[in-house]
Amino acid sequence: MTSATLAPAPAGESAAERRPIVNDFSIVVATVNGSGSQTSNMAIIRALFRMGIPVSGKNLFPSNIQGLPTWFTIRASGAGYLARQESADILVAMNPATFLEDVSRLPSGGVCYYSDQFTDGLDRADLTYYPMPVQQLLRDLNPPKDLRDYIANMVYVGVVSHMLGIELEQIRSALMTHFQGKVKAVDLNMGMVDAAAAWARNSLVKADPFVVRREDKTAGKILVDGNTAAALGAIYGGVSFEAWYPITPASSLAEALQEYLPKLRLDPDTGQTTYAVVQAEDEMAALGMAVGAGWMGARAMTSTSGPGISLMAEFAGLAFFAEVPVVIWDVQRMGPSTGLPTRTSQGDLIFVRFLGHGDTKHVVLLPGTPTECFEFGWKAFDLAERLQTPVFVLSDLDIGMNLWMTEPFAYPGTPMDRGKVLSAEDVERLGVFARYKDVDGDGIGYRTLPGNPHPLGAYLARGTGHDEHARYTERPEEWEANMERLWRKTDTARRLVPEPVLDRMPGARIGLIHFGSVDLALQEARAHLAHAGVPTDSLRVRALPFTTHLAEFVEAHERIYVVEMNTDGQLRQLVQLETPAQAGRIGSIRKNDGLPLTADWIERSLRSEEGG
Amino acid sequence: MAVETERAEARASQVNRAGLGKADYRGGATTLCQGCGHNSISSQIIAACYELSLAPERIVKLSGIGCSSKSPAYFLNRSHGFNTLHGRMPAVATGAMVANRSLKAIGVSGDGDTASIGLGQFLHFLRRNVPMVYIVENNGVYGLTKGQFSATADKGQVIKKIGENPFMPIDICQMGLNMNCGFVARSFAGDPKQVKELIKAALSFEGTALLDIISPCVTFNNRDESTKSYTWGKQHEEPLHDVTLVPVRDEIQIDYEPGTASTVELHDGSMLMLRKLAREYDPTDRLEAQRVLEESRTNQVLSTGLIYYNAQHPVLQQVLGQVETPLAALPESLLRPAQETLETLQADLR
Repeated sequence: MTSATLAPAPAGESAAERRPIVNDFSIVVATVNGSGSQTSNMAIIRALFRMGIPVSGKNLFPSNIQGLPTWFTIRASGAGYLARQESADILVAMNPATFLEDVSRLPSGGVCYYSDQFTDGLDRADLTYYPMPVQQLLRDLNPPKDLRDYIANMVYVGVVSHMLGIELEQIRSALMTHFQGKVKAVDLNMGMVDAAAAWARNSLVKADPFVVRREDKTAGKILVDGNTAAALGAIYGGVSFEAWYPITPASSLAEALQEYLPKLRLDPDTGQTTYAVVQAEDEMAALGMAVGAGWMGARAMTSTSGPGISLMAEFAGLAFFAEVPVVIWDVQRMGPSTGLPTRTSQGDLIFVRFLGHGDTKHVVLLPGTPTECFEFGWKAFDLAERLQTPVFVLSDLDIGMNLWMTEPFAYPGTPMDRGKVLSAEDVERLGVFARYKDVDGDGIGYRTLPGNPHPLGAYLARGTGHDEHARYTERPEEWEANMERLWRKTDTARRLVPEPVLDRMPGARIGLIHFGSVDLALQEARAHLAHAGVPTDSLRVRALPFTTHLAEFVEAHERIYVVEMNTDGQLRQLVQLETPAQAGRIGSIRKNDGLPLTADWIERSLRSEEGG
Repeated sequence: MAVETERAEARASQVNRAGLGKADYRGGATTLCQGCGHNSISSQIIAACYELSLAPERIVKLSGIGCSSKSPAYFLNRSHGFNTLHGRMPAVATGAMVANRSLKAIGVSGDGDTASIGLGQFLHFLRRNVPMVYIVENNGVYGLTKGQFSATADKGQVIKKIGENPFMPIDICQMGLNMNCGFVARSFAGDPKQVKELIKAALSFEGTALLDIISPCVTFNNRDESTKSYTWGKQHEEPLHDVTLVPVRDEIQIDYEPGTASTVELHDGSMLMLRKLAREYDPTDRLEAQRVLEESRTNQVLSTGLIYYNAQHPVLQQVLGQVETPLAALPESLLRPAQETLETLQADLR
C-alpha cells in the first residue's frame, strides 16, 4: 500500500520538480446512486466558477434510484474547454464496488483520493494516492443519522479543496446558494468540509501537480443546465400552457417550469396564475392538450424525450395538417425503444423532422448550449405562431441535465409575434374568411381564434382533407393545392429559422458540419488540429429546414464531414438530401455510445478519415 | 306557463332572446345515413342552443373520429370546432378549455371513440372535471368502417363476417359514476324531447356533463333484438322521470301534485324539473344511481334520464388556480415577465 502520507511521489521526480498543472484537469467522483453526492459536486463546481475558472459538470448516472454506481465528472479548464474528457486525471473514490475498475482507468500520473476503508487497488506506482478517513471524521462530527450519507460526501469536498487549492469560503458561498441561504444546513455541511480540510492540512503532503489558481474567465457567465434554461426561455416567451408526462431526461424541464412560473407569472391583481401546467396521463394526451390550447390561441408546449415523441406522432401530424401552433421539446436520450434512459444521443433528428404519416415535415430548432435553450425557448413560440405549425426543439441529455458554463440569457429583443390572427373587426372589414387561403403567397393562411364574435369567423379544424374554407373535400385538385401550399410554408420557414453558426480559420480546406451539444468537443478538437497545422471551418446547424448557408458551405469546402452523435449519420443524410450533387463527398464522423463526444475522439477520427 | 309562452313568442318572431333565428344554429348538410340516430341528436343540439339563446360564437364543438364525430359539421356553423383524432378528443378539449375558460364546449363522440380506443383519455377527462357537454352517440358498432363490434356491443350479438361478441359491454354511465362525474345522464335518440331537455341541462352545468345517448345505427346495428336499435329502445325505455329545463329567468309555474316532482339547481341558476314517473328516484344518491344502472343491465331495460347529479366538484380551471381571463387572451404585459426579473434570477446562477 502506498499513500501520500507515507510514500514519496512517483519515482524519478519529486513534487517540487514537477511543473504544476494549473486549472487544467478533470475530476471523476465515483459514488453510489442516491447517496447525495450531487450537493458536494455542485459545491466544487460553483466554487471553481466563482474563482473565475471555467468549469463544467457531467453526471454519468444509471437508470436507477438508489444503489448502482454513478460517476460525476468535473472539468476545470483555464483555456475554456468544457467537453467531456476521455479520462479524468483525478479520481475521488467513494464507491467500493467500482474502486478497482475506477483506479485502473486513471492515466499514468493520475491522482486517487479514496475512502480509507478500501484496501485493494492501492498499488499503482504511477499514481498519487490520498486516503480520506471518512468514517473517522463522521464519528467525530456525529451528524444526524438521516443526513450521514450526505455529510460523508462533504469529506471529499474538504480534502480535495485543500489539496487543489479551492478556496473554502467559495465552497461555503456555493453551499449558501445550494441551500438557498438556510444557514443551519450550510453550517452542518461546512462543518465537515472544514474538518476534512483541516485533517488534510495536518496529514497529507501534496505530491501531485494539479492545482487551482484564481482567474478571471467566468465574469458575466452563468452556470445552468439546459432544461432550466429551456423552461425560463419558455416563460419569457409567454408560455401559458404546458402539458407533460414524466420521462428522463425531460422531466426537469417541466419541473423547472413549475418552480419558476409561480415566481414570475402570477396576476399582480389577483395572485392567480397566468398559466396552466397539466401532468397528462401519457404523451399522446400531453401533446393533444397542447394542441387544443394552441388552437385556442394560448402559447402551448409540451416537453418529452424519444419514447414520448413516438407516442406524439399522431398529434404531430394533426397539428401540422390542421396548422396549429405548438412547441414540442425533445430532450433526446439514447434509443431505439427504451434504450438507455440516462445516456445522451442525437438519434431523434430524422424521426422528429418527419414525424407523422403521409407527407409531414416539421420545423426543428437545434440549440447547442443552455443559452440557446433559453433563446429558442421563447423564439419557438414566435415561429410556431408565425408559421402556424408545430415547432420542435431538439435538446439532449447532455445539454438538458448537465451543468454548463454559458453566456447569460438575453432578454427577448423583439415583442411577441402572434402571427396572422384575425379579429372580429378584421373579418368584418374583409367580409369573408377562408382559413386556409394563401392570401400573402407565403403559404400561411389567416386564422381566427375560437370565441371570435364575428358570425363569419368560425371554421371547423380537422385532420381530414379540407378546402380553403376548412370544409371536408376529396377533390384531387383541392388536395394537391393544399399540399403545395404547405410546401410553400416550408420555404417560408427556411427564411425565418435561426441561421447556422459559421466559424472560419484561414486556409481551411476541411468543413465540419454538426449540431447541438457536439459543439463543445468539436471546437476543442478544431483548436488542437489548428495547432497541429490542420485548420478547419465549422458550420453548426441550428434549425431544420436548412437555410441556404448549408449548401454554400458544402460547395465552398474541398472536404466535408458531418460530426454527430447517432449511429446512422442522420444529419449527414439530411445534408446529402439537401445537396444531392455533392452527396457522394460528404463524409461522416459519428459515435453513439451514450456519452458526450470528446475532442480527442473527434481529432483522431478526423485524422483517420484524412488518411493519418 | 312562461316556457310555453316564450316558445310561442319565439316561434312568432322567429328569433330567440339573442336575436337569432334557428337557422343561425344550423350546420352543413349531413352526410350520415338517412334515419341515423346521430342526425336526430344534432337537431336537438341545435334546438337546445336556440332555445337557451346561446351565442353560437361562444360555443366550441369538439369530436374524435367516427360517424358521430363527423356530426359537428352538421350543427352550429357559427361555432369554432375541432374534429380531432380517434379517441383523442378529451385531450384536445382539456387543453382548449383550460386555454379559454369563457367558452362553452360540446363534445360529440361515439362508443368506439370513447369506450374503445379512447377509454383512457375519456376516464381522465371525467376525473379532471373539464367543463364540457360530453355526448356519446352510442350505437354499439363501428359504422364508418362498416359494422365491427365496439366496446359497448351486446354480449352474444352476432355480426355476419365477424361472429359472436363474447365480451360484456362497457357501461358509459358506470364509467361516469366511477370517475366522480357530477352529471351523468342516459337518453335515447328516439326520445328527442328528453334528449333536448338533458342537453339544455348539461349546457347549464359547469363541469363535465356526460350524456350517453343510445343512437341506433340504421345500417349496421338496428335489428330488433339489439339493445341499440330503435325497436328495442322504444319497447324497453323506462324514463326515470320526465325532465324539463326551466331557464333561470322563469319562475317555476308548472304545478304538479305535491310529491310528484323535484328539482335540481344547475350552476347558472336554472332548474331541472324532474317529474316523478313509475318510481321514486333521487339522482343525487350515488348508490341509487349504481343500483339503477345495475338493474337496467340485469333486467334489460333502458333506464333514461338524469342518473346522477352532484354540483359540488370544482372544475379543472378552478383546481389550477388560473385567472378568470382566458389564458389565450392574456396580453404580452402579463405573459412576459419584466426584464429586471431576468437579471435577478440570473444572479443566482453565478
